[in-house]
Amino acid sequence: MSSTSWQLWRQQIYAVARIDLKRNFLTRRALWVYLIALAPVAIFAVGTLVRLRMHSYPAVEMDTRHFAQTFRTFYLRFVVFFGCAGVFLNLFHGEMLNRSLHFYFLAPLRREVLLAGKYLSGLAAASVIFCLSVVLQFAALYGSHSSGTIEHFLFHSHGWEQLAAYLGVTILACVGYGSVFLFLGVLFRNALLPSIAVLVWESLSGYLPPLLQKVSVIYYLKSLCPVDVATASHFGGAGLLSFFSFNPEPAQASIAIPALLILSFALLTAASLRLRRMEIDYGAE
Amino acid sequence: MLGRRWEQDGPGFLSQENSLSSAAQSDRIVFEDVSKFYGEVLGVNRVDLSIPSGITSLVGPNGSGKTTLMNLMTGLVNPSRGRVSVLGVSPREPDRLFRFTGYCTQFDSFPRGLTGYQFVYSYLRLFGTASSEAGRLASQAMDRVHLEDAAHRQIAGYSKGMRQRIKLAQAIAHHPSVLILDEPLNGLDPLMRSEAIALFRELAGRGLHLVISSHVLHEVDVISDQVIMLSNGYVIAEGQIHEVRSEIREQPMQILIQCDRPRALAALLFEQGQVAEVRLHPDGRGMLVKTLDADRFYLGLNHIAQNGIGIESVAPADDDVLSVYEYLIGTEDSTK
Repeated sequence: MSSTSWQLWRQQIYAVARIDLKRNFLTRRALWVYLIALAPVAIFAVGTLVRLRMHSYPAVEMDTRHFAQTFRTFYLRFVVFFGCAGVFLNLFHGEMLNRSLHFYFLAPLRREVLLAGKYLSGLAAASVIFCLSVVLQFAALYGSHSSGTIEHFLFHSHGWEQLAAYLGVTILACVGYGSVFLFLGVLFRNALLPSIAVLVWESLSGYLPPLLQKVSVIYYLKSLCPVDVATASHFGGAGLLSFFSFNPEPAQASIAIPALLILSFALLTAASLRLRRMEIDYGAE
Repeated sequence: MLGRRWEQDGPGFLSQENSLSSAAQSDRIVFEDVSKFYGEVLGVNRVDLSIPSGITSLVGPNGSGKTTLMNLMTGLVNPSRGRVSVLGVSPREPDRLFRFTGYCTQFDSFPRGLTGYQFVYSYLRLFGTASSEAGRLASQAMDRVHLEDAAHRQIAGYSKGMRQRIKLAQAIAHHPSVLILDEPLNGLDPLMRSEAIALFRELAGRGLHLVISSHVLHEVDVISDQVIMLSNGYVIAEGQIHEVRSEIREQPMQILIQCDRPRALAALLFEQGQVAEVRLHPDGRGMLVKTLDADRFYLGLNHIAQNGIGIESVAPADDDVLSVYEYLIGTEDSTK
């Protein structure tokens, strides 16, 4: 492919993403994505306020485990999952509901380029929102500790590394779930039931045969979390939390990251093939 | 069915057009045996067309397949069978097609939160056009449809006519050579209608292909170089309107004659035997003649004129879109 084509596609992707970014961040539909992203921040903030009020200050290690467990079982599985559903399902389905998808279909754009532009705009929006949430969660959780303790945690107990790893996993979660929901949004008129099916699949991931585990996003994400499940499960990890955290055969980062990217690429390729044949049929919406 | 017979027998129709070389197809909009079904519902069936430059109007009642044909040309829907090409380019290649094609759809919806200018500008940016060039073309298109004063107002606050004009601005902004317009005159006031028609004529004069659907038949009559008549998903007639009219042999041709002695002329015409019916005008200075063989009738009339009856004017009275529409589509509808 000539460099002129690449240059044109880059300009077109930028133009699509520019239109969509505003919509992903500023419309009423984005509100519930903000709310869901802020839910764990609020939970940690309330916990910290209670601690301060009761003058109960657990060890930093305890909070580290607490955060690890919450991140895996609640944040990735529900907050990022449903948040990405809100962002990425709407990229095409929302246009159909607004009866404005033809606007893009009547431009000299390859459908693959349109998909790439919309995906990147969704990815940018989701990554910013959910990474910001992780930072705020960190601040809310560790905010009850003294400045000396926090400094020691960040600079001498891998605090910064952990935060960077959580941010990286969050971005990869947006990459993975983004591609899943973009695919579902292009494939189905009503993606509710398929989304529930994906949720069930992801929840049972740890209990599936090894080969099938690899066809899930959460498998790779859990493998990349900086604090491992065995350590985290010491902290009240019984019951439902352990059920969701179970990851018997984690993959190494050098395998997990490329594998997740390949899985996402495969889903986006399938979505673009479907998009090439997509017709404008607002009447059935 | 009348339409099917027309498809097979009419002059300048598809039996001839099918043999077009690929070079000729590259400057036409071509449908080859195209059918479109929406599930069980017929959109269009077995359509063969070859549309040259100039203004081509799609005419037919609601549900006859006009919008489906336009959506097939632009790839918004895919044919169930057959092949469509626009100046040699398949609608499945939007990256090539929309470089030279503009489509003003009937969809009265827009991306949210945009002003009229932003709507046209962001469309042009999708071409990969640089910001300054997109801005210049957007302003030019807004001026062309007289929306310069409302350019920076939200489209949500536009009237129906303004929304129609902003869609037209978007369709023409990149200077396309094929312009497809679905009911483009809807919602426009009389002044804007006449300005839009003048614009269409100007564009057609530059060699553009304009495909227009309209249910306002007298406007179609004014602006069209050729018409395509549709009914129930079938093309029932296609070509220049007087050619189409002359092929409708079941309906006598109506001819309006102004003369000084209409009664005498009527008697002579009946003697010649080419006249089915004559109605004298109440003012005593003209008559309406119905004939099944217009060519012979005109020959006979020439002969009469040379023999002393003063004839002021002769004009066909039903050689227009409205009459042809009534004969072909109105008749079919009434038989249901």
